[in-house]
Amino acid sequence: MDFYVEELIDNYEHPHNKGKLEHANAEFHGHNPVCGDDLTLYLDIEDGVVKDVKFDGDGCSISVASASMLTDAIKGKRIEDIEKMGFDDLKKIIGIDPGPVRLHCATLSLKALKGAVFLYEHKPMDAETKKL
Amino acid sequence: MMAMPSNESIDVESIKKDFPIFKIRMAGKPLVYLDSAATSQKPQQVIDSIVKYYSEYNANIHRGIYEIAERATEEYTNSKAKLAKLIGAKGIENIVYVRNTTEAINLVAISWGNANVNKGDHILISDMEHHSNIVPWQLLERRKGAVLDYIKLDSGNERLDMESFKENLEKDPKIVAITHASNVLGTINDVKYITREAKKHGAVVLIDGAQSAPHMPVDVGSIGCDFFALSGHKMLGPTGIGALYGTEEILDSMEPLFGGGDMISAVTRQTYSWNSLPWKFEAGTSNIEGGIAFGAAIDYLNNVGMERIHRHEAELTRYALESLEGIKNIEVYGPKKEDIAVKSGVISFGIKGVHPHDVAQIFNSEGIAIRAGHHCAMPLVTEVLNKGAVSRMSFYLYNSREDIDKAVAAIGKVKKIFKIKE
Ligand SMILES: Cc1ncc(COP(=O)(O)O)c(C=O)c1O
Repeated sequence: MDFYVEELIDNYEHPHNKGKLEHANAEFHGHNPVCGDDLTLYLDIEDGVVKDVKFDGDGCSISVASASMLTDAIKGKRIEDIEKMGFDDLKKIIGIDPGPVRLHCATLSLKALKGAVFLYEHKPMDAETKKL
Repeated sequence: MMAMPSNESIDVESIKKDFPIFKIRMAGKPLVYLDSAATSQKPQQVIDSIVKYYSEYNANIHRGIYEIAERATEEYTNSKAKLAKLIGAKGIENIVYVRNTTEAINLVAISWGNANVNKGDHILISDMEHHSNIVPWQLLERRKGAVLDYIKLDSGNERLDMESFKENLEKDPKIVAITHASNVLGTINDVKYITREAKKHGAVVLIDGAQSAPHMPVDVGSIGCDFFALSGHKMLGPTGIGALYGTEEILDSMEPLFGGGDMISAVTRQTYSWNSLPWKFEAGTSNIEGGIAFGAAIDYLNNVGMERIHRHEAELTRYALESLEGIKNIEVYGPKKEDIAVKSGVISFGIKGVHPHDVAQIFNSEGIAIRAGHHCAMPLVTEVLNKGAVSRMSFYLYNSREDIDKAVAAIGKVKKIFKIKE
């Protein structure tokens, strides 16, 4: 269970891509009632590609570190690819398995990311994303 | 376990032997249980009483003219007599069995509230209530167009502000519903004084005893309240059983919530007459095993002695507060050690820079169960303390100083992992 690895703590204490993105053209607000994590994810999408991404909000180490690492990982990605991302992709990015109790802390940023993309494309959120 | 003389302190090691849960390990470590405010652990005697009921005298209660039905009825009724005695009620007619504190309060808000609270009437609660003593009143407020008022906390967010209480009393609230002990701050409220003052303004008084009845002697007669609510699962009993205490006068005046079997004395096609108290409020087959096991839990508490349990917890709380005092970058909520007389064994705290859920998770890796979150007291935690969540440890008769030492060591581990100085 020891997921308090160095990388996670570093990303929590010095999160990357933190703050509001001024020229965002998609955003999504997510909340995790388990820890009270609260996060808004901003995207600047150009020609179907993520040009810039930021997140803002407050949360536990898992939610903040996961948002930090995920936002790093998706810069320059095509939004069709983001649509298909799932929990397994997230696990690879954050390098830990959050376990059942903290699952939603970890997945909050992915949910917000996919939510923002679906909103941008005027598509309904898929069942997979709703479950995150 | 033998009854202990009341002046001696609690022998935690021998008590722990009665609780089979302490044989397990959590995260590979011996279990340190610091979450009794959420629910208590259960002694073997309580667990056995359930098995015994089902294997030796399982039968429905009331009206059974055969031995095992009589025995089941007697054990269930006896449990109420034991509870009545424990909290200083006159008799079983004052004790309505429900599922938990939440149901007890809802029963009052619906049955008494619907009949007595009207448009524009005031309902008075406080800023340190559990959701179960907020939401039923919000629902009543909406149903009736009443006004819900909150007693504020003092400037240190430790106790109820008595000025705010008095100002609100001037609005002559129909009911004052206050917690006896806060499940977040640990504050023990002066419910006797509150009741006396509220009565001067003609209010009915409900005390939420979920966090007091398990931990200290309670005497509803001397408090003078109309209602007192409690949960069996927080006082060594099983889940699914709790009680609403009410004075005979007020319970007599109320309509039952549910109609059905057992709650009537006679039914014709056109009419019915209610059964006597407390049965009028218990429609259908009761939680018989729960009632019986709750009786066994009360026996256990009496054997140890409520006074002694309270003293034991006060000593642990003082020790814990002293231990936490020396630690930097930690914030402790609620009354401090100088005010131990108004502090129960509940300590909420925060470590600067670390989310309470991370604290709880690291505690878990040391085998220590604590709770983190808003503790179902969101107005207090998010609006008054201005936190998203806090970590909480809470004590009971099976906790020792060693448990607190382990918790302090776990705080050290948290700070190390999160690179917080000292
Ligand atoms: C002060 C207080 N009131 C009410 C309750 C609700 O108890 P239950 O969930 O057993 O109904 C609790 C439980 O945490 C509590 O601490």
